[in-house]
Amino acid sequence: MALRDLFRRGPAPAAPAPPLPEEERRGFLGRLKAGLARSSARIGEGLASLFRKRRMDDAALDELEELLIAADLGAAAAKRIVDRFRIARFGEEVTDLQLREAIADEIAAILAPIAVPLVPDPARAPHVVLVVGVNGTGKTTTIAKLASLWAGQGLRPMLVAGDTFRAAAVQQLQIWGERTGCPVVAGAPGADAAGLAYDALARARAEGADVLLIDTAGRLHNKADLMAELGKIVRVIRKLDPTAPHSVLLVLDATTGQNALQQVKVFGEMVDVTGLVVTKLDGSAKGGIVVALAEACGLPVHAVGVGETAEDLRPFDPRDFARSLVGLDERADG
Amino acid sequence: MFDALSGKLTGILDRLKRRGALSESDVAEALREVRIALLEADVALPVVKDFIAKVRDRAVGEAVLKSVTPGQQVVKIVHDALVEMLGPAAPGLDLAASPPVVVLMLGLQGSGKTTTAGKIALRLKERERKRVLLASLDTRRPAAMEQLAILADRAGVISLPIVAGQGPVEIARRALDEARRGGFDVLVLDTAGRLAIDEALMAEVAEIAAVARPHEKLLVVDAMTGQDAVTVARAFHEKVGVTGIVMTRMDGDARGGAALSMRAITGAPIRLVGVGEKLDALEDFHPDRVAGRILGMGDVVSLVEKAAATIEAEEAEKLAAKIQKGSFDLEDFRRQLAQIARMGSLQGLLGMLPGVGRIKAQMAEAKLDDRIIKRQIAIIDSMTKAERRRPEIIKASRKRRIAAGSGTRVEDVNRLLKQFDDMTTMMKRVQKMGQKGLLRQGLGALLPGGMNLPGGGRRPF
Repeated sequence: MALRDLFRRGPAPAAPAPPLPEEERRGFLGRLKAGLARSSARIGEGLASLFRKRRMDDAALDELEELLIAADLGAAAAKRIVDRFRIARFGEEVTDLQLREAIADEIAAILAPIAVPLVPDPARAPHVVLVVGVNGTGKTTTIAKLASLWAGQGLRPMLVAGDTFRAAAVQQLQIWGERTGCPVVAGAPGADAAGLAYDALARARAEGADVLLIDTAGRLHNKADLMAELGKIVRVIRKLDPTAPHSVLLVLDATTGQNALQQVKVFGEMVDVTGLVVTKLDGSAKGGIVVALAEACGLPVHAVGVGETAEDLRPFDPRDFARSLVGLDERADG
Repeated sequence: MFDALSGKLTGILDRLKRRGALSESDVAEALREVRIALLEADVALPVVKDFIAKVRDRAVGEAVLKSVTPGQQVVKIVHDALVEMLGPAAPGLDLAASPPVVVLMLGLQGSGKTTTAGKIALRLKERERKRVLLASLDTRRPAAMEQLAILADRAGVISLPIVAGQGPVEIARRALDEARRGGFDVLVLDTAGRLAIDEALMAEVAEIAAVARPHEKLLVVDAMTGQDAVTVARAFHEKVGVTGIVMTRMDGDARGGAALSMRAITGAPIRLVGVGEKLDALEDFHPDRVAGRILGMGDVVSLVEKAAATIEAEEAEKLAAKIQKGSFDLEDFRRQLAQIARMGSLQGLLGMLPGVGRIKAQMAEAKLDDRIIKRQIAIIDSMTKAERRRPEIIKASRKRRIAAGSGTRVEDVNRLLKQFDDMTTMMKRVQKMGQKGLLRQGLGALLPGGMNLPGGGRRPF
């Protein structure tokens, strides 16, 4: 079944992210490099052994396709990239470096339209951000990171402990609230998340918060009743503010394989996801699924998570990401 | 859980089925597509290659090329190889050590370690009457220890009191002391999620393992994991030595190829699968079931497929037309019986249907076996053409002749005729359904419906 066909009607590509200030760039690169070191080394090795003294023939291209698949790019995205090579470069003698550059450019071009930072709209105050995702992707941690980022910019975020299901999820967010100095709205365990969100929005308005970050319980997208619950949260907060939620973030784990496509599709259908945050990119997972997602749905990637502390949230830089992915990180600053 | 891959593989293998005989290039083509399907299902590349090589070795050669239905043969080879790779079945936890048996939970962040620890505690307490102590060594994620304490409460087991400021190794020591002193059977140690490439944290977990000497080292893996499964499995296996795998979120719709990857890399059995957020949502692992789903031939699907492969298409169409006209006769009935005989033993056939365990037991009691079908075919064979077309003309004298001719008794002939009557009645009911539905209904009616026939303990169906 051609799953990817279901995504063909993605939103129009947004403007590419503005270049980062040099200082931040290095910090981010350092982390991303460290995180991607192992994976890019492996891809790099594969490419090196493949192409250093080799012609671009069918066998070489097939192996290239497999390597991209092994980076979680997905069969479809890998095939498209390789096919473009087949047309443009077939039979050529290509050096390892040229090949990496070309692949990185190809991937960066796919990713460029989706690198869009999330900036709270002051006119909305409170700008309501609903954070959704399957279990264990890092929703609560991402909220803490966003809160820390925005608080550092002088905004006043307020957090809503909307995961009333998982044991100690509320405490987890409350601890983050203390660490980041942001107020946390919490209810009793098992309380109705929609009602809680409604009260929180009322309170955020009263207290003049700039951003309201709503945490939700992790849920598998194939559980219709749990998904309907998300829909209810949206319906209920719209009673107070018909334009809310202004952003709906789907948090994706970089270790996730092809199922991410399904997650994006189903969550998107239920709550109109406006953007993605990709977490755990500091691990050995390559996050190649981001490339597949860019091709499939074109949703913006607002940020990437590269660690467990509040500072470990970075803007998504397609060029660095792509170059790191194919083992070109040492040249990324050039 | 493996539905998506099922669809993919079923599509590929269906094409194979439609061909009469298989050439080696057919096998190669099919396997290339199986490989892509497995990759799309997140089975890691090296594991896929290994699997394909294995299947190719088995498939190319006489078994496939000379068999009557080559497609079926390939399905079976792929299926068997999958089962073999995924197995063993339902190994459960290995608790064969002197108490307190230490179980160490390992995995990436967010894989479901803490929830699984709670589930295991409940399972051991309820099913095996073990005294379980839960202890969290997760000093990193905020409120992780509280989470485990709450889960312990819900499971009705004891958790190690939280002492602020202690490091993971210290807590492990304290937990071990407490488990020994308190006479616990099992100590489950939950650890912080860690990345496979985080040298410091991997060293820490190795130290924990050295101190706690866990008998069972469970790697907890999200069923949605992609190609990275290999790296994770390899890293944890090298550092700590994985003794078992728990797949979580198997209730999702991920294709779950990570199960194959992890199993292949560590060699450790898949001990349990998590199928929900509630504490009792932990199940045994069934490789045949999982492999069956991967191939799209689990349970009912497999029955239908098998039937579809055996029944000639035109024959089925003819049958459908006859039923439409209401001219279904004993000749057709005989053909259906022959099909069932061809499909294999009745017991096996019933085994493929979900929820027939009870009926199966009844059948065993009634000593129902395949000989009955053969006997029934013999009865019909002993009829004249006129009798087969118009069973209503069969009266006492004809019955005696038929019974004598087929080596049965008049009661057996009566039973067959009654059954045929029931069946034609049922056929009329399903007339509105399509051909496929009809065939399925026909079989269904032959099986559980037949059990409601009035009469003694020995029933043909």
